[in-house]
Amino acid sequence: MSKVKEALFDPIFKNNPIAVQVLGICSVLAVTSKLETTVTMCLAVIFVVTLSNLSISLIRNHIPSSIRMIVQMTIIASLVILVDQFLKAYAYEISKQLSVFVGLIITNCIIMGRAEAYAMKNGPWLSMLDGLGNGIGYSIVLLAVGFVRELLGSGKLLGYVVLPLTIDGGWYPANGLLLLSPSAFFLIGFFIWGLRTWKTELVEKEN
Amino acid sequence: MLEHYLNILLKSIFIENFALAFFLGMCTYLAVSKRVETSTGLGIAVIVVQTITVPINNLIYNYILKEGALGWLGLENLDLTFLALISFIGVIAAMVQILEMTLDKYFPALYNALGIFLPLITVNCAILGGSLFMVERDYNLPESVIFGLGSGIGWAIAIMALAAIRERMRYCLVPDGLKGLGITFITVGLIALAFMCFSGIQL
Repeated sequence: MSKVKEALFDPIFKNNPIAVQVLGICSVLAVTSKLETTVTMCLAVIFVVTLSNLSISLIRNHIPSSIRMIVQMTIIASLVILVDQFLKAYAYEISKQLSVFVGLIITNCIIMGRAEAYAMKNGPWLSMLDGLGNGIGYSIVLLAVGFVRELLGSGKLLGYVVLPLTIDGGWYPANGLLLLSPSAFFLIGFFIWGLRTWKTELVEKEN
Repeated sequence: MLEHYLNILLKSIFIENFALAFFLGMCTYLAVSKRVETSTGLGIAVIVVQTITVPINNLIYNYILKEGALGWLGLENLDLTFLALISFIGVIAAMVQILEMTLDKYFPALYNALGIFLPLITVNCAILGGSLFMVERDYNLPESVIFGLGSGIGWAIAIMALAAIRERMRYCLVPDGLKGLGITFITVGLIALAFMCFSGIQL
């Protein structure tokens, strides 16, 4: 039971893929300027990482180690194609906004990293939970960044006005910096700072 | 015509810098930027691979995958564009492998200098991103060569700049929680802000 718990909850804070393992940063920064695209991206990544961990773990004893990367790549790429086609069919607007970043889930290192580090060594049930945990850990950071950027950058959440902007007769002057790409770097930097001040064992040693 | 190509080149190096404006290849960017030497090696490897793979993927997309591209086989309505992702990543993995073997055989010095960075490039999203942007913007063959070259150079410049700053940072007093990764993120944010000065330049 404790192993199950560990597989699912460890990646959420203690071993967060973004803040601690530094995997999968690219997409965090690029899709978070609006909450809507962020949520879509999170769901897509959770779907891909859970299923890829599950399927790689199922066939882990049959993959020759010399070609394991290619096998993993193919499985991940097929799952991403599924997501891409699904979004194009049912959510065309969002798929246009995400543009190349759906395809880039293939090279999102969280997925490759978990497949290599966990799914190749553990059973399917635990691997699936590990994938789910990592997907959720990734989503929490992504949603936090997306929340701050959309709220302070354009005064909206999911497209609904929360802080009425001055240009529309409200009181909140929009902070345009948060819609620009560099703000995501600062937000993640501060997020890591906060996490490491809270959990001091994560502080990096001098080398 | 020359101006058009120059425009694509400068735009992909400075204005739409892959690392700083699109955040592509961030994992490698943050992980391998501790020393200027290694990051220069990686930068060169990215330029080479990017300049080769973008045009090749361009050919594959336009002559095999695109709707109607296989018309000469009598398959006018065949649309294979959904296979783009998987074939691009295949091409990239294969190209990196071939490049690695060629360098090992004919240019051992360069091969040793690049070391482990070559295989890493396969999972660098700047490379796959380059091919995907090429499709989205509908570049033709010469344009895609220039675009591949420019985006590679832009990424290399960005990683070398960050590595140089991080080498100096060793002498700074940084708060405990910000050490390492945290301060690196904030540094990258500042570099990205500086690069935004280039935006809006029209050639």
